Amino acid sequence: MLVGSALSTAGVSFQGVFRNPLVSPYILGVGAGSGFGACLGILLWDNHLVIQLLAFAFGLLAMFAAISMGKVSKGTGTLAFVLSGIIVSSIFTALISLAKYVADPYDELPEIVFWLMGSLSSIRYVDLIWIIVPMFIGTLVLFLLRWRINILSLGDEEARSLGVNVDKMRLIIIICATLVTSAAVSISGVIGWVGLVVPHISRMIVGPNYNRLLPMSMVVGASFMLLVDDLARTVTATEIPLGIITSLVGAPLFAYLIKRGRMGWN
Amino acid sequence: MELILEVESLRYSYGKEPVFENVSFSLRGGEVMCILGPNGSGKSTLLKCIAGIFKPAAGSVRIMGEDTAVLGAGNIARRIGYVPQQNEVVFPFTILDFVLMGRTPHISIFASPGAKDMEIARESLAIVGIADLAERTLSSLSGGQRQMALIARALAQQPALLLLDEPTAHLDFGNQVLVLEAVQKLASSGISIVMNTHVPDHAFLVGSRAAALCDRRLLAVDEVAAVVNSEIMSSVYGVNVAVREIEDLKRKVCVAMLERFDPLRI
Repeated sequence: MLVGSALSTAGVSFQGVFRNPLVSPYILGVGAGSGFGACLGILLWDNHLVIQLLAFAFGLLAMFAAISMGKVSKGTGTLAFVLSGIIVSSIFTALISLAKYVADPYDELPEIVFWLMGSLSSIRYVDLIWIIVPMFIGTLVLFLLRWRINILSLGDEEARSLGVNVDKMRLIIIICATLVTSAAVSISGVIGWVGLVVPHISRMIVGPNYNRLLPMSMVVGASFMLLVDDLARTVTATEIPLGIITSLVGAPLFAYLIKRGRMGWN
Repeated sequence: MELILEVESLRYSYGKEPVFENVSFSLRGGEVMCILGPNGSGKSTLLKCIAGIFKPAAGSVRIMGEDTAVLGAGNIARRIGYVPQQNEVVFPFTILDFVLMGRTPHISIFASPGAKDMEIARESLAIVGIADLAERTLSSLSGGQRQMALIARALAQQPALLLLDEPTAHLDFGNQVLVLEAVQKLASSGISIVMNTHVPDHAFLVGSRAAALCDRRLLAVDEVAAVVNSEIMSSVYGVNVAVREIEDLKRKVCVAMLERFDPLRI
């Protein structure tokens, strides 16, 4: 539930900051970064805690790489962040492939693949302590700043004319959303679609105002994840990786929403 | 009336070439300044410099006696309301939510608008005559209603100065007049207004003063009748322009004439 809420909060925040409803929490390369961190952990130490820490660390590293690259290419604002996110993502995806290539095909490779597909089954309560702090801080800041996300979604110039320090505000929101995302990814693996679909469902329920939208996304995200996790554990005798279920459920749902034309944006 | 706005030898440049330089004028409470000038002469840029969205290369802008360079974005936004020419809103906010965003400079960073802000937003909507549209979404409005919503948002900032960037552009004849009537009403309530327009005749209707931005400088700043005459208008726009007094209406009009127009040959 934490993971679902975290991914959804991050997703909905990113959508506001980037003024694009098709943005997901992995936009700055956090998914690929954490993925590589986990691969590295599996390859070198194969210790549960180390894997998580590395996933978290590389998720943050990917974020800072993307942000500093985005800031160097001045003037284009959000587009620069998106582009550098794509660059960082592709680098880490390549590194993941490399890790898979050198991994022991009988032992390490299955573990890597399984981790990348996302799973909640191996989480113990001890692990939660590690991620609860960054998740709580990130979510709290985003929750408090939720009104300002509205303003940022108007565009840079208008936000500036309303007295908002756009660059600083955007950076804070991006950092918090990424922090929350990488914390989630570090324990659950790469779970797709949640951060994209849940904000849309929430937007259909309460409208686009972040005052209501952000808390709603947290609740819907948590419920969605609980549902999917239950499905994953009960549909077959062996647990199906979560990433598969969220994609199988999320993608058609998204397609249905598009067809209905009630996406909650213009 | 006290001086609200003082612009002194303002200069702005994107690269080496200045967009404009040596722009100076001042405005008292309740005065309407119409800025004329051809496409690309920098009228929008000038407004953005005054609003603090762009940083001028030289010169100063003083609002109610204080330099905007030292005021800070929040303080500027409490005094200057900026109405952009076009706005593109990604998410379908209701008009009320949209106008509430004008309250941003009055709200502390982690807070959301309260009952008082809601009241002010509703008043702003009533002033421009679209109180009944409060629950509609921005995308469902006509061009004229949209413009009114934008003006209402700026009014919610409770500014001393309004900057309107071509508020009548893309509007039909009737809606243009409605916007001008709103401008007149706001000015008579004591708000100073700087308005860019492509229609010199609008200066006769609402302007207390006018100026022409052309060839990188402000050509003339004076009473409307001294600026909008056939000589200055013809040279600013490079076409034949006539200004005539209409006796029974007791006002001057500014009209264009086609070069090869010869009434005897038709």
